Amino acid sequence: MAALRLLLLLAAASLLVVASRGDASGAGPRGRKLLVLVDDLAVRSSHSAFFGSLQARGLDLEFRLADDPKLSLHRYGQYLYDGLVLFAPSTPRFGGSVDQNAVLEFIDAGHDMILAADSSASDLIRGIATECGIEFDEDPEAMVIDHINYASTEVEGDHTLIAGDDLIQSDVILGSKKIEAPVLFRGIGHAVNPSNSLVLKVLSASPSAYSANPKTKLASPPSLTGSGISLVSIMQARNNARVLISGSLDLFSNRHEKAGNEQFVTETSKWVFHERGHLKAVNVAHHKVGETNEPSMYRINDDLEYSVEIYEWSGTSWKPYVADDVQIQFYMMSPYVLKNMSTDKKGLYSTSFKVPDVYGVFQFKVEYQRLGYTGVSLAKQIPVRPYRHNEYERFITSAYPYYAASFSTMGAFFIFSFAYLYHK
Amino acid sequence: MAAAAASAMLDSLPAPLLRSLRLKTKQQELLLRVSALALIYVLAFAVRLFSVLRYESMIHEFDPYFNYRTTLYLTEHGYAEFWNWFDSESWYPLGRVVGGTLFPGLMVTAALLHRLLRALSLAVHIREVCVLTAPFFAANTTLVAYAFGREIWDSGAGLVAAALIAVCPGYISRSVAGSYDNEGVAIFALLLTFYLFVRAVNTGSLAWALAAAFGYFYMVSAWGGYVFIINLLPLYVLVLLVTGRYSQRLYVAYNCTYVLGMLLGMQIRFVGFQHVQSGEHMAAMGVFFLLQVFFFLDWVKYMLDDVKLFKSFLRITLTCVISVGTLALGIGTASGYISPWTGRFYSLLDPTYAKDHIPIIASVSEHQPTAWSSFMFDFHILLFLFPAGLYFCFKRLSDATIFIVMYGLTSMYFAGVMVRLILVAAPAVCLISAIAVSATIKNLTTLIRTKSKSPQTTGKVTGSKAAAKGAVDQPLPFQHNAAIALLLGAFYLLSRYAIHCTWVTSEAYSSPSIVLSARGHNGGRVIFDDYREAYYWLRQNTPTDAKIMSWWDYGYQITAMGNRTVIVDNNTWNNTHIATVGRAMSSYEDEAYEIMQSLDVNYVLVVFGGVTGYSSDDINKFLWMVRIGGGVFPVIKEPDYLVNGEYRVDKGASPKMLNCLMYKLCYYRFGELTTEYGKPPGYDRVRGVEIGNKDIKLEYLEEAYTTSNWIVRIYKVKPPKNRS
Repeated sequence: MAALRLLLLLAAASLLVVASRGDASGAGPRGRKLLVLVDDLAVRSSHSAFFGSLQARGLDLEFRLADDPKLSLHRYGQYLYDGLVLFAPSTPRFGGSVDQNAVLEFIDAGHDMILAADSSASDLIRGIATECGIEFDEDPEAMVIDHINYASTEVEGDHTLIAGDDLIQSDVILGSKKIEAPVLFRGIGHAVNPSNSLVLKVLSASPSAYSANPKTKLASPPSLTGSGISLVSIMQARNNARVLISGSLDLFSNRHEKAGNEQFVTETSKWVFHERGHLKAVNVAHHKVGETNEPSMYRINDDLEYSVEIYEWSGTSWKPYVADDVQIQFYMMSPYVLKNMSTDKKGLYSTSFKVPDVYGVFQFKVEYQRLGYTGVSLAKQIPVRPYRHNEYERFITSAYPYYAASFSTMGAFFIFSFAYLYHK
Repeated sequence: MAAAAASAMLDSLPAPLLRSLRLKTKQQELLLRVSALALIYVLAFAVRLFSVLRYESMIHEFDPYFNYRTTLYLTEHGYAEFWNWFDSESWYPLGRVVGGTLFPGLMVTAALLHRLLRALSLAVHIREVCVLTAPFFAANTTLVAYAFGREIWDSGAGLVAAALIAVCPGYISRSVAGSYDNEGVAIFALLLTFYLFVRAVNTGSLAWALAAAFGYFYMVSAWGGYVFIINLLPLYVLVLLVTGRYSQRLYVAYNCTYVLGMLLGMQIRFVGFQHVQSGEHMAAMGVFFLLQVFFFLDWVKYMLDDVKLFKSFLRITLTCVISVGTLALGIGTASGYISPWTGRFYSLLDPTYAKDHIPIIASVSEHQPTAWSSFMFDFHILLFLFPAGLYFCFKRLSDATIFIVMYGLTSMYFAGVMVRLILVAAPAVCLISAIAVSATIKNLTTLIRTKSKSPQTTGKVTGSKAAAKGAVDQPLPFQHNAAIALLLGAFYLLSRYAIHCTWVTSEAYSSPSIVLSARGHNGGRVIFDDYREAYYWLRQNTPTDAKIMSWWDYGYQITAMGNRTVIVDNNTWNNTHIATVGRAMSSYEDEAYEIMQSLDVNYVLVVFGGVTGYSSDDINKFLWMVRIGGGVFPVIKEPDYLVNGEYRVDKGASPKMLNCLMYKLCYYRFGELTTEYGKPPGYDRVRGVEIGNKDIKLEYLEEAYTTSNWIVRIYKVKPPKNRS
């Protein structure tokens, strides 16, 4: 029995070792298994270029119909998938145990999602988008129309296939290669919830666009107009889960090969599935200058060194992240020290500073939030104590006259008493 | 009783032995006195053990938990670590330099007692030592009271004083077993210092003055109330000077006590240089200089021998001295070297000061002005024996009686200003009353004795008896009977006093207040142990670095029992920090959430008595939170929480009240609960109303734990929303 237990322990230990080694050898920040939910399995072929690019990057796709009754995101408390592609704009409700809350919980558990809506978007899809800070045009018939920037291939018609080139300025989200051709978009527009600071517009409509029902005459001014309309938006949650929401499923299809669509969706999907712009901070260390051990407490006016290693996931491996704006705060209700850290270009950021002349419970804080990157927020609590009684100077030079005065008084008093008492 | 016991013991001895043991009157008296004192000593200790018998050997109330925690630290880490202790678990994130902000006397005393017991191979836990420290010192106080009484009157008065103080409720309230607070040893130190000083004044001996200085040092190390001593002594000296009772004895006693006491007092880190820098200590220094001038003038007068010359000299010297003194004080105050009087000191002199300026002092129940009933409760017959004692003191005026009169009068005034200062007045009241009792009984017994002896011994009355008899030379009619009646009356009163004291101790002053008890429907005792339940829950179920926000009353208990970091605690040194918590409690949930985020709060703890009818809960304290919060943050306005100046929690309450964080946390899910038969759900048994907001939704917090009687409720602060 004991031997068996020992064996089991050994096995567990070796598994742990393997697991930790696997982690160190450069596995990515996210797993590779995606669930693709579609209204109609035809989407699989009509959007095969997009899916193909995902698969080519090593993502493992599982296609399911949105109303599949066996649908489930998790089993035995474990999530089965690492990401979700919701290409089912018109589905009124998901099959199985999946509903709006299940999808939101999936995101809150740190998973990513691409959601594509359409002019036929159901309340379910709109609800999920709203929870992610995106409000689709409430008119179910409305589409984005632009009479100036429309696709030149479709001169005739209602100008609902519009050409967007107002892209977010971020190499992290869109890749370093500039998207030359405009992105063609046919679908519904949305507005970004202004109180939600986590949502960003990736593709905005041009100032001449508006959102209305193309089949009827415009009776009242449209609620969404101009560049206030977002066509594609992203949201990076506080737990770094990434969500991309597009008002058009058509955007991802094979149809617009010549336009910038393919490059756009490929690059943004790389971002969504954490193949780019993911930072990790490891090996936080701090110690007094000249020492290596991490103390449990500092003293006021100590000189200390702080270092952290920050790496960026390049899609295949962890590369050192290089920037000159990573700051450290020594924080107690407000930052007492705020300093840029210097980097050795190999991922190590370090700095040294003097602990302020204030005692209390401080925190080493690194709050690094940059567009497109996952947020790095490190906080480590460390108390700072005042001097101990024996850490003050024993004798102060400027006080020597006082020492002399008191000792000479004592001596003089002794002599005086002696003389007074024994002098006849 | 003691006499009876002693004589019974003597009777039971065999005859030859008895003859060899035959004691002279003096020896008998000594034996009686010693055995009476020993019994009083035991009584003083034993009467304070009610709390241990009723509940268990535990630390009481709020502050004692801090004292206990620090004592534990002291025994575990040694004195150097204790001295340098920086506590990062309280006042997050400011921390507290514990070693420099407490009076270490109590902890050191307990630690030494603990070490002594260990050295005697008695394996006691430090908690037991802490629990029994106060009774032990109360017993010692009776000895000091005896000595003091003997010093100011006679040994009879001393014995009575010891007996009175042994059971005086005013003193017992702060010295029952488990009440491990500074006052427990400080009253002993206070009385000891006074006794030694009076002794020094009476004898003019340098040794007694030195002893008084050490007594003062112990007092300084134990309690902030030492300020009373350092102001009473100069006042006393001043009175003696004015009444023309200046003597060399006084000069020696005061100078030695003051100078050495001041130097010794400076060794206590928390006090530091206050003796020379704080306005509260300046009176003592002024009187010190005045004594020197007085002495100098006396000498000059003796040397000059010319009245006219001396008068002009006196005028010049006095003008010089007064102007120099005033100038020094003025410059010192203006330059900030001498700090002005603190708010606490002001609030003692002017009872309305705290109410207007320092709500944090006014909010504490023990800082309220004393009600008449509590005087009666705490002093019982001493209250009218006190004036009688004053009469006797004035009748036989001496340096010592002047001292006790001044101590009695000033402390009675302070007792009227603040409830908890009854404690300081208790020894003086006991001593003065003891003089009254002793003198009266002595007079009465003398009457009875002389009367009964007069037929036989009329001829050979000698010495002192003649003097005593002088007043009763012509016996009044029924004098004998009247004396016996009065004696019986006095006996009756004193026995009532003993009964009252015992009753008060067992019923009112032995509750640990951390464990509550109530009488059930069938008369049985019901125990509510919710506090400890909650603190142990915190200890077991929260991360070790979790920060708990609660009103400051519970800070010490959370750190001591829950072992978690608190934002504010009972050491109310930072008013702004407390006001921040008060503001959070009285804000709407979203505003409070921002404050809690900025303070890294993980859990919020509130105390709620609506289910059990426990009235000192947070809703009843809430207005003070509003006041203290509003004192620093004017966005919090008291009228917002009141309706026509009335504080209410039912439907008629103000909307701000119904939706502030404290209300929500106390009454969350309370609307579903039926507390009393025949009352609607959500009936608050403390306020006696049905609550006004039964449908409480929490957005940023979630309920984490509620104790079995709902007295303590703990909420977890949720992290910021993930997607917005």
